[in-house]
Amino acid sequence: MISFLSHLVNGISLGSVYAIIALGYSMVYGIAKMLNFAHGDVIMVGAYITFCATQYWGLPPVVSVLAAMLVCTVLGVVIERLAYKPLRAATSLAVLITAIGMSYFLQNAAQLIWGANPKSFPSVITLPTLSLMGGQLLISGETMVTVLANVIIMIVLTIFTSKTKMGRAMRAVSEDKGAAELMGINVNATISLTFAIGSALAAVAGVLLCSAYPALMPTTGSMPGIKAFTAAVFGGIGSIPGALVGGLLLGVIEILGKAYISMELGDAFVFAVLIIVLLVKPTGLLGKKVHEKV
Amino acid sequence: MKKIVAAVLAMMMALSCFAFASAEDAIKIGVIGPMTGGAAVYGTAVANGAQIAVDEINALGGIQLALDVQDDEHDAEKGINAYNTVLDNGAQMILGTVTTAPCIAVAAEAYEERVFMLTPSASSTKVIEGKDNVYQVCFTDPAQGAASAQYIFDHKLGTKVGIIYNNGSDYSVGIYQTFIEKAKELNLEVVAETTFSSEDNADFSVQIAACKDNGADVVFLPIYYTPASLILAQAKSVEYAPIFFGVDGMDGILTLEGFDKNLAEGVMLLTPFSADAEDDLTKNFVGKYQQAYGEIPNQFAADAYDGVYALYQAIQNTGITTETDYAEACELLIAEMQKIEIAGLTGTMTWAATGEVTKTPTAVVIENGVYVGVK
Repeated sequence: MISFLSHLVNGISLGSVYAIIALGYSMVYGIAKMLNFAHGDVIMVGAYITFCATQYWGLPPVVSVLAAMLVCTVLGVVIERLAYKPLRAATSLAVLITAIGMSYFLQNAAQLIWGANPKSFPSVITLPTLSLMGGQLLISGETMVTVLANVIIMIVLTIFTSKTKMGRAMRAVSEDKGAAELMGINVNATISLTFAIGSALAAVAGVLLCSAYPALMPTTGSMPGIKAFTAAVFGGIGSIPGALVGGLLLGVIEILGKAYISMELGDAFVFAVLIIVLLVKPTGLLGKKVHEKV
Repeated sequence: MKKIVAAVLAMMMALSCFAFASAEDAIKIGVIGPMTGGAAVYGTAVANGAQIAVDEINALGGIQLALDVQDDEHDAEKGINAYNTVLDNGAQMILGTVTTAPCIAVAAEAYEERVFMLTPSASSTKVIEGKDNVYQVCFTDPAQGAASAQYIFDHKLGTKVGIIYNNGSDYSVGIYQTFIEKAKELNLEVVAETTFSSEDNADFSVQIAACKDNGADVVFLPIYYTPASLILAQAKSVEYAPIFFGVDGMDGILTLEGFDKNLAEGVMLLTPFSADAEDDLTKNFVGKYQQAYGEIPNQFAADAYDGVYALYQAIQNTGITTETDYAEACELLIAEMQKIEIAGLTGTMTWAATGEVTKTPTAVVIENGVYVGVK
């Protein structure tokens, strides 16, 4: 029982990292209707910036994370402007391939700047481990902060999209780009804002990911990125609560699958989930079914 | 414009003449290993260690050696490219490759083409299996696995052993299998055998929990140092502190940038080389290495240093010159390697016809961020 609980805690910890990454995928997909496969690599950049800020420039953790958010926000907007905006009228396949290209570009650029040697990411979270049930169940500071960060981000984003003018503009663009434009909404600015928010979240995700799993290399973001994409599809891509639910469930499935079924097949469970969801409920757990208008 | 092009071309020609000139009076040794990528610590250590040996030998004034270092990024395909490059550059023999997977690929090519290979550190038996032209400076994986089990048993490090290995890696599986075999033979109780499937794996909570819940007091890690660093960090977060016992792949963990060395406190690893040894050979090597590269050399650097001296000895005995082509050199070296005995940094070595080395294993423990020989 205790070991089941601790696997559950580990699953939630892993899942909440997936959830934060999945949020970025989901938001961008919801508004720009494109899969930003470079998202995982923006996470990696965020982690490297934080690493440099704490290790080389000696900045305190909070400032480092803010610096990483700033850099990633700018990076996200620049990527959108340079790589995706010119293709807004192109087929979705062209945009998808551009995104994959951007992902490789970021990985190779990181290898050029920071070298290919892995770095050990010093945790920016100093919260002590919480010990429950007489020390049998341990919850690390990283897990608590990650879960907490998830909840806060989720609440703030939900309020932002439902209450603020910008948020409402986002939802309008996501509903119907053409109609939104006719209503006087600046579609380009709204999409840029989405990328800015998504990339700032990526920086936070990068810091949380590397605090929990402290190996940092240019490919750090790619596997979690793909799994988070799976989580986003699982929860219903485009839906903010869907990303949270999808991420958490996926993390728990991965860890429990590894613990009780087969240790080698951890990754296979994750992608089996993707296949099953696509077969049974293509819109995901919380996704809305949108009828194609003919 | 034309003049500039002509000048550049003339410069290039002049430079290429120099390149030929230096190649002509030294015996060329190709060095292949990961100079970039996740395993770069190993490749650069080999290149640096070999360079120190070459500088020493060249300073003696007799036979002159020259290294041609090529990067394989720890990738089989790129290993073949690097192999073709060193041969194109006129290599007469190869010191390498450094890591197992590319080495298996390159060794197969080298066997066909008759190029002599001495790998400092690729430890799988697959590297030498069925190939008379490939020799190893390091222990084979089976030897490492069996020696680790023997060491844990002899020194009574623990009564219950857990294992975390990478079943996606030939290197890790090879060591794991002989460890298990030897452990059975010695009645060493193995309570948890856990695996992961890729070098990129980040979450080890399940594997650590399995070892912890089964009460393992020694955890054997026949894996590379990047996943090992994650295991150490995650074990600490669940307050699990057994003796972690690694093999040569663990070597390099202390050079991982940003790594909290406290995590590695008490970690043991099987290695034939310990930089704090008091003999003159080690002191000389460590001193020169530190001066040239600013860090303490690891086992890979020592293996490469010994490898160059083994080649040097064999070259001397067989009378290989800069005129000898690689195929001729290959047959001469194969015959000679089985006869020579090298007293090197990693012990006194002799070789069997299979290419396998014989030397005594020792272990080091990490104390205050440095390797200390186990008394």
